[in-house]
Amino acid sequence: MAGGTREKLDNPVMEWVDSRLPIFTMMQKEYGVFPTPKNFNYFWNFGAIAMVMLVTMIITGITLAMHYVPHADMAFDSVERIMRDVNHGWLLRYLHANGASFFFIAVYIHMFRGMYYGSYKQPRELLWILGVVIFLLMMATAFMGYVLPWGQMSFWGATVITNLFSAIPLVGDSIVTLLWGGFSVDNPTLTRFFALHYLMPFVIFAVVFLHVWALHITGSNNPLGVDAKGKQDTLPFHPYYTMKDAFGILVFLIIYLGYAFFAPNDLGHPDNYIPANPLVTPSHIVPEWYFLPFYAILRAITFDVDLVLVAVGMVALGVAFIATPYKYLESILKMMEKSFLNFLGFSAKNIKTLKGVGLITLGLAILLNYFLNDFNFTIIPAKLGGVLAMFGSIAMLFALPFIDKHPVRSSRFRPYYKAAFLIFVANAFVLGICGGKPAEGFWVPLSQLTTAYYYAFFIVVLPILNKKEPVLELPSSINEAVLAKNKDKK
Amino acid sequence: MLRVILLIGALAVSPVAHAAGGGGEKLPNEHWSFEGPFGTYDRGALQRGYQIYSQVCSACHSMKYLSYRNLSALGYSPDEVKAIASQYTIIDGPDDEGEMFERPGKPSDRFKAPYANDNAAKYVNNGALPPDLSLITKARPNGANYVYGLLTGYEDHAPEGEELATGQYWNKYMDGHKIAMAPPLADEVVAYEDGSATTLDQYARDVTQFLTWAAEPEMEVRKRTGIKVLLFLSIFAFIMWRVKKKIWKNVKY
Ligand code: HEC
Ligand code: HEM
Repeated sequence: MAGGTREKLDNPVMEWVDSRLPIFTMMQKEYGVFPTPKNFNYFWNFGAIAMVMLVTMIITGITLAMHYVPHADMAFDSVERIMRDVNHGWLLRYLHANGASFFFIAVYIHMFRGMYYGSYKQPRELLWILGVVIFLLMMATAFMGYVLPWGQMSFWGATVITNLFSAIPLVGDSIVTLLWGGFSVDNPTLTRFFALHYLMPFVIFAVVFLHVWALHITGSNNPLGVDAKGKQDTLPFHPYYTMKDAFGILVFLIIYLGYAFFAPNDLGHPDNYIPANPLVTPSHIVPEWYFLPFYAILRAITFDVDLVLVAVGMVALGVAFIATPYKYLESILKMMEKSFLNFLGFSAKNIKTLKGVGLITLGLAILLNYFLNDFNFTIIPAKLGGVLAMFGSIAMLFALPFIDKHPVRSSRFRPYYKAAFLIFVANAFVLGICGGKPAEGFWVPLSQLTTAYYYAFFIVVLPILNKKEPVLELPSSINEAVLAKNKDKK
Repeated sequence: MLRVILLIGALAVSPVAHAAGGGGEKLPNEHWSFEGPFGTYDRGALQRGYQIYSQVCSACHSMKYLSYRNLSALGYSPDEVKAIASQYTIIDGPDDEGEMFERPGKPSDRFKAPYANDNAAKYVNNGALPPDLSLITKARPNGANYVYGLLTGYEDHAPEGEELATGQYWNKYMDGHKIAMAPPLADEVVAYEDGSATTLDQYARDVTQFLTWAAEPEMEVRKRTGIKVLLFLSIFAFIMWRVKKKIWKNVKY
């Protein structure tokens, strides 16, 4: 971004500005001639679409805020006033409410694209992590926005979710008091949520800027996952991708506006048209659809983790340790060999057996003590477990670039990963359905099973694939793959 | 491309699975003129529905988000709206001497509420609160069919083994089936001037249409605008598709 060499511009006004602040030169470099792989498919439209949605949310949000009253006694009425008396107020509100849903749809597709084509891998780890930061900020923003109309779901959703923080040991209750601004969800909660809901989108905007900056350092990935090697592999961003993005954005807008104009309440919950009432609990409290998978993970932990459970885990881990062939554990064992824990100086091979036997013995000892003396205590209560599992599921996304070490990026050349990932996506949908159902009957074990796969994908499947999945021969360049494909067609 | 559209479509609809109809009974599926992308309200039904509300339901239910002036949307002239409003006595004030006073209603007044406050409403209705009806069809899943079902879904007796407390009635569609509202409508209770049938079914349909309008008065404008917007965007998208094709014509990808 430093001065550098600069072509003179023809227009004298532009030249005057550009020679002092080379903004036109920068735009030309980053969005005009920016070399972009030529083999993108339509999944690459969703970043631009998400950007359009962010801008839409900010514009409709600011205009709503001109009429909205952040007060527990007036918020619901002020939203109805917007709907009935403000010129085109219904349009602003429906664009904003449905916009949140479609923003999430765009971002979810964008993220799944990144996972499918390995876009989070070296050298794009930080780009991916910034994306997950945006996702977290969006979730906080949308959660607080949903509280603002002060309907029944606003109020009870806020109560359930803020209450989660009380599960944190020692400081939990103080955090909840701070969030509430008192001793229950009430007017101070609403006013602080409004202030933060107004602020966060601009924070998101700043992080998006960093995200795009990082993108322009590494350049885009592409469906083949092989690096662009030269001019024959790329196209200038304009007009090729500006026009393609414009088309994609329009198609997306048609679906989004189809909802906003013809089914504006289908993605919302009817209970939110009942004013908040602290004395009446809705029979079935559900968050907005885009939170449902995480809500399912939260509620899947219905059991306390106690000493006995840990002991059973130890035995299972010990058995697994002994049963797993040496080569899969080599890196971990080598680390142990060197670490100070191994002060007796065993070799890696011996450690494997020793650790396994040690874990099993200790586990069995605890179990024996339990059967003889009834000795047991709770380590992680169910509520805290649920909260940890929920936040952990997002932590997995942060860790993804460091878990998946396989050198091939794109699923096109990773059949095993592709299968595991498609199951992961289907699994996420099932989690979403579980999150929308009452936590009873067969939905509970199903949420537990799907939660288990969510974690297993990151903790078990990916590390195994790192070793097991063969490295296929990749096309030597994008251009070559394109030529080969076109030849096949003829 | 098709794949992408299907994917978005699937994402958009699939995860939303809200529980329907509180009573467990399947709701009736009536045909309504306001359904579908071209749907409009039936002005005759709206006026009859308002008549039902003002002669029956308004004895217990408020509609606090509506003003008399909004009734012009039902097809009433400004003078008719004034006449309707002036039938009500509104308490206003304080005047210059600090006294509250009574005056006839004006079009700008909100619909007059039957009770001074929620406690008064509950006291009169066996402890049950008749909800404000301004948003009722949006506040229940499948709202229009639910309200219609509720009004026509009363049974004379509770099924074997179920006890009703005093002031409770058995309704097929109410959450938990026990409702503290006596059947508000029956054949012949209201006289229509336009010759429409004076049956329970007709009353229920008309008042449901009116309540749907009350909850979504912008619906007709919304859909009309939506058609224009989607038409414009479709043409624009088509043009962009051709532009994109043309620009990419010589690129092998
Ligand atoms: C005599 C007073 C009275 C009249 C007249 C009356 N209602 Fe009600 N209504 C109630 C009460 C009381 C409740 C609360 C019932 C409960 O919670 O069990 C209620 C509840 C309702 C509900 C909400 C049911 C639910 O899902 O919670 C609807 C809808 C309704 N009334 C519609 C009407 C309509 C339409 C009319 C006019 C045709 C009407 N009511 C006339 C007293 C009345
Ligand atoms: C990241 C972008 C944003 C997201 C995801 C988001 C999300 C939401 C959601 C889910 C709601 C509840 C919708 C409803 O049920 O009505 C909401 C309401 C609201 N938002 Fe936002 N929002 C964003 C940006 C903004 C901005 C920038 C502002 C203004 C500064 C704003 C102002 C409001 C207001 C005033 C409401 C309450 C009015 C209403 O309920 O319709 N929002 N937001």
